[in-house]
Amino acid sequence: MTAAISFKGLSRHFGDVRAVDSVDLEIGAGEFFVLLGPSGSGKTTCLRLIAGFERPTAGRIWIFGEDATAAPPYRRPVNTVFQDYALFPHLNVRDNVAYGLMVRGDAKAARRKSADEALALVALDGFGDRKPSELSGGQRQRVALARALVMQPKVLLLDEPLGALDLKLREQMQGELKTLQRQLGIAFVFVTHDQGEALSMGDRVAVFDKGRIQQVGSPEDVYDRPETPFVADFVGASNVLSADMVHDLVGRNAPASLRPEAIRIGFGPLAGVVHARAFLGSATRIEVDCDGQKLKVLIPKGGEVPQMGDSVTLGWSEGALHIMDSANG
Amino acid sequence: MAEARRAPLSDTLWRRPRLLLALLITPPLLWLGIVYLGALFALLAQSFFSIDEFSGLISYELTLKTYAELLRASNLDILLRTIAMASAVTVSAAVVAFPIAYYAARYARGRWKAVFYLGAMLPLWSSYLVKVYSWKLILAKEGVLNWLFETLHLAWVLEAYLAIPVIGGNSLSVSWTGTFLVFLYVWLPFMILPIQASLERVPPSMLEASGDLGARPGQTLRYVILPLALPGIIAGSIFTFSLTMGDYIVPQIVGTSARMIGQAVYQFQGTAGNIPLAAAFAVVPIVVMGVYLTLAKSAGAFDEL
Repeated sequence: MTAAISFKGLSRHFGDVRAVDSVDLEIGAGEFFVLLGPSGSGKTTCLRLIAGFERPTAGRIWIFGEDATAAPPYRRPVNTVFQDYALFPHLNVRDNVAYGLMVRGDAKAARRKSADEALALVALDGFGDRKPSELSGGQRQRVALARALVMQPKVLLLDEPLGALDLKLREQMQGELKTLQRQLGIAFVFVTHDQGEALSMGDRVAVFDKGRIQQVGSPEDVYDRPETPFVADFVGASNVLSADMVHDLVGRNAPASLRPEAIRIGFGPLAGVVHARAFLGSATRIEVDCDGQKLKVLIPKGGEVPQMGDSVTLGWSEGALHIMDSANG
Repeated sequence: MAEARRAPLSDTLWRRPRLLLALLITPPLLWLGIVYLGALFALLAQSFFSIDEFSGLISYELTLKTYAELLRASNLDILLRTIAMASAVTVSAAVVAFPIAYYAARYARGRWKAVFYLGAMLPLWSSYLVKVYSWKLILAKEGVLNWLFETLHLAWVLEAYLAIPVIGGNSLSVSWTGTFLVFLYVWLPFMILPIQASLERVPPSMLEASGDLGARPGQTLRYVILPLALPGIIAGSIFTFSLTMGDYIVPQIVGTSARMIGQAVYQFQGTAGNIPLAAAFAVVPIVVMGVYLTLAKSAGAFDEL
């Protein structure tokens, strides 16, 4: 089967800055694919390269097997939901949604019907005559979604679409987007810097750092089996144990990741002093200083929380320590 | 609290914001009300008086006779000529200014932005008369433009153009084309700056969204950029249109002997002493602008303000 999107050695440099640095990537048709990374890691530039808003400095892009490297945005079978929604302020909601159909030359009645259907799909029936300025942030978000979906793209690109929404609305929209993607069966390429969002929504996640992909895999892969210290730290804020320490513990000379929630207090190979404590609501996080290596430990509610300055012993169940052999960072 | 006693005025004003507002707004309101609107109404009132043809004295009886005089063939010519010139200057200024403003708003950054502002504003810094006289020299028969055409062996093109009735003439400096070019030059900054300001407020993502939805660049220009720049174009056109309609120096120095409204006002209130007719002439641009703005408003040009 042809991949929906395929990158080969793709780079985008802005002067000396390598925003995207020779990236190879394949995104399957019908996949919910997340580009995850801190700001400035190149994930948004990658999305813009797919949409055609940026021209690659080097490398090639294929969209469903067709070389799209030099294709302008208006010739690509992909549509974008923008971070700032980018709704046209001079058009009402229906005309915003029907914009793509209008420039394509659809008849007025046909595009009105399609636009109203798309608005119904995002639960905004009856909002067609309003101006974007009269809608809330969440509603504008839905209009932007309807405007992209009405074009029946083969790939939908979403650039941190939930960033401006409050927590509750964001969680609701995460669920709706996931359902919508399954329902439509098209590929979603979703950019976010929120690792929780990435893990809960993605079929696969690509973790970006400094213009390069650190790891591509299922959410379970990148969470449980991070391949580089960066991934371990960025996804779920894991403890990264130095190679020396791992050597002392298990005799292998490579860094390892150890999840804060996998550490048990009481019995084990490491000892240290509690030097920070933070109450998080559902759990308490403490930081233990073991000869200079600081380890975060998550104690669920109900567990016994040691005091500041207490000496504690740390242990974990077998398999919790993930050794990063292929580490390159 | 001890601090408070040292600034009783600030404290009083802080506690009574309405008093502060009143103090701030009264002087400009007085200026606008008495000096500006007062003078305008005095002018308007003059236009309803008439002049006694035998004695040359103004009769202070309200009448529409003066306005009827505006419609006499020779006066009507002046009105139509001026409106046509103002329209041509406005449309051309919009066409010339738009690409410049677009470039400045979308592409110029840092130093180039400064160069743009300087370039757009520089003509406004030198004396208006100096600029108009320079243009007379440029456009004259012995001027640099003629020389350029001759050097390029294109003199016949210029001659063919000058042979066209109405817009042509003996040389560019005594033709309507000359008047038009000078107007276009002197008012262009007033068109560039508002368009640039309106384009500055269009986020780049909006243009990307248009392309993303399948619009070719020409369609994006027509359906997104132009509608969003419209308030700026209207604002600019108010400047160029009203400035051209009221001007009496440019047509005096460059162009034919046929008069425009500004010159008519100047002559009727000065040499001819016919203040009522001068006032009636001066009312015309105000009415035309009023009609223009009403039409623009009903066409939805200000919906995005």
